[in-house]
Amino acid sequence: MRFEETLAVFAERLTSPDRPPPEFAWGREGRPDARRFKVYRNNVAVGLIGALEARYPVVRRLVGDEFFRGLAGAYVAAHRPASAVLIHYGAGFAEFVAGFEPAKHLPYLPDVARLENAWVEAYHAAEAGPLGFADLVAFPPENFADLIFTLHPSVRLLRFAHPAASIWAAHQGEAEPRSPAHWGPEVALILRPDADVEVRILPELGFELASALRAGLTLAEAALPMAEAGEDVSVHLIGLFEAGAIVGMKVAERP
Amino acid sequence: MTFARAILPNTAGVGFKPEHFEVLRTQRPDIGFLEVHAENYMGDGGPPHRRLEALRADYPLSLHGVGLSIGSPRPLDRDHLQRLKALMRRYEPGLFSEHLAWSSHETGFLNDLLPLPYTEETLGFVCDHIETTQDVLGVRMLLENPSTYVAFAHSVIPETEFLAEIAGRTGCGLLLDVNNVEVSATNHGFDPIAYLDAFPLQHVGEIHLAGSFDAVDDAGRAFLIDAHGSPVRPSVLELYQRVIFRAGRLPTLIEWDNDVPDWATLFAEARRADLYAQAAEREAVRHAV
Repeated sequence: MRFEETLAVFAERLTSPDRPPPEFAWGREGRPDARRFKVYRNNVAVGLIGALEARYPVVRRLVGDEFFRGLAGAYVAAHRPASAVLIHYGAGFAEFVAGFEPAKHLPYLPDVARLENAWVEAYHAAEAGPLGFADLVAFPPENFADLIFTLHPSVRLLRFAHPAASIWAAHQGEAEPRSPAHWGPEVALILRPDADVEVRILPELGFELASALRAGLTLAEAALPMAEAGEDVSVHLIGLFEAGAIVGMKVAERP
Repeated sequence: MTFARAILPNTAGVGFKPEHFEVLRTQRPDIGFLEVHAENYMGDGGPPHRRLEALRADYPLSLHGVGLSIGSPRPLDRDHLQRLKALMRRYEPGLFSEHLAWSSHETGFLNDLLPLPYTEETLGFVCDHIETTQDVLGVRMLLENPSTYVAFAHSVIPETEFLAEIAGRTGCGLLLDVNNVEVSATNHGFDPIAYLDAFPLQHVGEIHLAGSFDAVDDAGRAFLIDAHGSPVRPSVLELYQRVIFRAGRLPTLIEWDNDVPDWATLFAEARRADLYAQAAEREAVRHAV
């Protein structure tokens, strides 16, 4: 039997729990042995489910260990890791959770999963040194309108239909979680300015400012919605500096 | 930051676990080296790299890959090789090792070290992959003997011969996992001492020791699972002594990846391996005189 064919059969049987072990994979009796082959199946499933448990601890806490194992097992069966770098595995879990029929009664669950995924991405993101507000003041005031900013590579900006950030925060630590005081949409900034990942609930205009700056708009362009709302952009800009979200700025070149 | 490439000492080291970081960083316990799974450090930045950089300043490092899928007919993943190369440059490990196993197929990464048949055809693929790896990384790598639960009906080359042939053709070294020897010997009914006698010890650059888990197969026969979640068995330590008696002292890793114990327990396990190795070394000296 050719090597390619051997491995194709092995891989196919490995990922089909209802199929018998390959005819050529023997135990000591000179015949296939289901219990032995199951060790490989278990290693694959347990390892990948474990990776999801580590990535989504609050989702797991919200649904309970047993439900989570079922949910994670279904995800693992449908989605193999694209590469051996398992720190990226399970990035699409939120979408899967949203379509998972038995979890439909928890509509906020996909949002919590999106937040936890962003947390892990921020954790592994590249290093960069945040700038302070003093660095902004070093520019001449006449340049402020034309400034463009580089956000920290760890920055993730998420909009939730449910209070996912409050739910997530309530499930940190051992204490009995409390329900969010206000049950409504939330916007959150997730970033790792130094060693620790931080999750901040932003005001809507702060979120819009951060999104616009990240898209490469100048400060004047990004501040337009605030000007229209009669709000002071500097409050939100200072907030982004204080969060450590800004790592670079320069004056945009005029065409 | 750059590090001088530190050769691993011929004493016991441990697999690094984040829960032991503070002890290692603040108390700098006397341990020969640290080993990490390369794939856990393939993010762009963050705490994993910060920890490894801090520890690398105090300890020699062994980089152990678990995802290259050398034992497959498929071409190696070039992106993965480049990620390994970046880690080699960044951390200057004393050695790099991978497995005689496969872990990726059309369906994606399978997250286990899967077995392969030993034939002339598979030997050719494995040797090609090791040559490619050594070319890209620019180092002599070590290849680890596997622990297996099934044997292939069409395997025709004994494992020790297969490994010796790979080392001879590619110039790679070998990582001898003594627990894997006991696990496979138990699972396939061969004598672990005969296996070690046939093993090409002159190519061995590192030893792995770990615990295993008891299971029962379809035939009602006891077999072992390579679980890395318990102390090294006394029978494995005895096999280890046979290796040291013949080959001399070697860098020796305690692998404890699941149900990770507190630092004191892991440290004691490393010390114990050193004591067994010292005794075997003394015995070898007496024997020579």
